Amino acid sequence: MTDLSIQIGPLTLKNPIIAASGCFGYGVEYAGVVDLSLLGGVAVKGLFLAPREGHPPERIVETPAGMLNAIGLQGIGVHRFIAEKLPELRDRRATVIVNICGSTLEEYVELARILSDAEGVAALELNISCPNIKEGGITFGCSLTGTYDVVSAVKKVTPLPVIPKLTPNVTDVASFARASEDAGADAVSLVNTFLAMAIDVETRRPKLSNIVGGLSGPAIRPIAVRMVYECRRTVKIPIIGMGGIASATDALEFMIAGADAVQVGTANFVDPFIWTKLLDGIRDYLGRHNIARVRELTGTIDTTAREKEWISS
Amino acid sequence: MPVDVEARVIRNTRLSSEYNVLALAAPEIAAATAPGQFVMVKLGRGSTPLLRRPFSVFEVLRTNGRVDGLTLLSKRVGVTTQMLFDAVEGDVVSCLGPLGRPYTPVDPPADAWMVAGGVGLAPFATLAEVLLARGTGVTLFYGARTARDLFYLDWFRDRGVRLSLATEDGSLGDHGRVTAPLERALAGAAGRTVMVYACGPEPMLEAVARLAAKYQRPSEVSVERVMGCGLGGCYSCVIPIRDGPKGHHYVRSCLGGPVFAGDQIAWDR
Ligand SMILES: Cc1cc2nc3c(=O)[nH]c(=O)nc-3n(C[C@H](O)[C@H](O)[C@H](O)COP(=O)(O)O)c2cc1C
Repeated sequence: MTDLSIQIGPLTLKNPIIAASGCFGYGVEYAGVVDLSLLGGVAVKGLFLAPREGHPPERIVETPAGMLNAIGLQGIGVHRFIAEKLPELRDRRATVIVNICGSTLEEYVELARILSDAEGVAALELNISCPNIKEGGITFGCSLTGTYDVVSAVKKVTPLPVIPKLTPNVTDVASFARASEDAGADAVSLVNTFLAMAIDVETRRPKLSNIVGGLSGPAIRPIAVRMVYECRRTVKIPIIGMGGIASATDALEFMIAGADAVQVGTANFVDPFIWTKLLDGIRDYLGRHNIARVRELTGTIDTTAREKEWISS
Repeated sequence: MPVDVEARVIRNTRLSSEYNVLALAAPEIAAATAPGQFVMVKLGRGSTPLLRRPFSVFEVLRTNGRVDGLTLLSKRVGVTTQMLFDAVEGDVVSCLGPLGRPYTPVDPPADAWMVAGGVGLAPFATLAEVLLARGTGVTLFYGARTARDLFYLDWFRDRGVRLSLATEDGSLGDHGRVTAPLERALAGAAGRTVMVYACGPEPMLEAVARLAAKYQRPSEVSVERVMGCGLGGCYSCVIPIRDGPKGHHYVRSCLGGPVFAGDQIAWDR
């Protein structure tokens, strides 16, 4: 039997495959197509304290091998989430990772307090990386002290594992992983989407109502893999990697680069039945390579012959 | 519960240089489809195009009474519709469905008036069949740019659907928009119970919903918004729904729709 479980601080996930935030609704929407208890975790759509309306359409546009989104974090707010969605997620034995967003440090702390008292939350993912909203969030994620401050403030008020989600829209993402680790983060997740835009040349209008949006999907995968690799060389805490994963091979690539677990977002839009295919593919790979435990794979990239070239290029 | 079927193309019928009807071997989906529901379609396994696209189920195909497939009515406008136009027998199309909230069929003595603009004809073949089976009288108000873009007229006529046509160039039926014959009919329908169903471009849907409201008839419209997943995961396909006289909130059209009551939608947002 291959052991697919992985460890994030005090939390054991039954496998390393997690549904990415904002790409899986509140999880309950998908209960009809996938057994939620089969997933390593379900990261629910980013939640603020209060409900939010989000941006007007158009909210997404397809781009080569990817998509831009500017949803604007439409959501029901933390209280309705706890009352209306969490009970069903609990009944379906989902491992729930709640993605939280705040405009101020106090809002993150307040959200963490409220969710720590709710039954059925496995971990908190701090969204300090959403490129689509003006206030808060990203301002923490783009400043090393901001990242450090929000992680340490949340750590003080919750027993839950705390996972800051990092933005790739910085020069040196590894330094943000380091700041997170120093502040006591149990893991980091990366990457959120890349700030991008697309224009209709006939009308000269931006294709998104928000003008700019976040790029996700296969187009970003090689950059995301590189960023996970850099972070693995910098921090010891677990890394949850994501960005364009659409097959077991893609997931394995992230793990070999240094991820302990992975999240899958855009690919779930294309194939909502992807989850068992990913798990089967990983099991098959581990079997073929005689690896008993998936955690042995993390960071096993073999750079002995290539290291010199990579550094000098 | 939706299923994902690797559906074989049974045939591809070109209706014009832009429109085609693609028959797909997806009996599981066809048998479960209610009028107005849709499927999310993807051609090819690659990343271009990456996302699925929503299509109304056009016809449910039967051989000797057994459901053996469905068709899609498509107009060539983008990458996926070009691929649908070019598809040949034996090609495989990923088809996820059926999805969404269908139309609510009415029973006699109510009459059903279906209003279609262009490719918005798509949901009305299945809706007409369901309505006719209930004994409900059905009229199709159908508008397009020109007579050559009005399709399946005999199909509807043969089944007993009354037709009221309009073309923007005046080549067939009313000269102008389909809302003109619709308004005439509404004005002359005093005392009759009528349910108005619409599908087409959003300005047409708005005009139809306003006309229905003006003549105090209920309406159901099927909206088409840019959709990422069809299952409620991405929050891209939202439509503003009225909250009281001034407010609105966004509802995902894949789950709350694509069919909405015409008076629910905050058209001015
Ligand atoms: C439509 C959409 C909505 C998203 N919403 C959120 C969100 O609410 N919170 C968050 O942390 N990330 C959000 N993301 C980012 C994803 O979780 C993920 O980091 C990113 O899409 C890269 O992974 P992918 O290429 O597998 O999609 C969203 C992405 C998309 C495409």
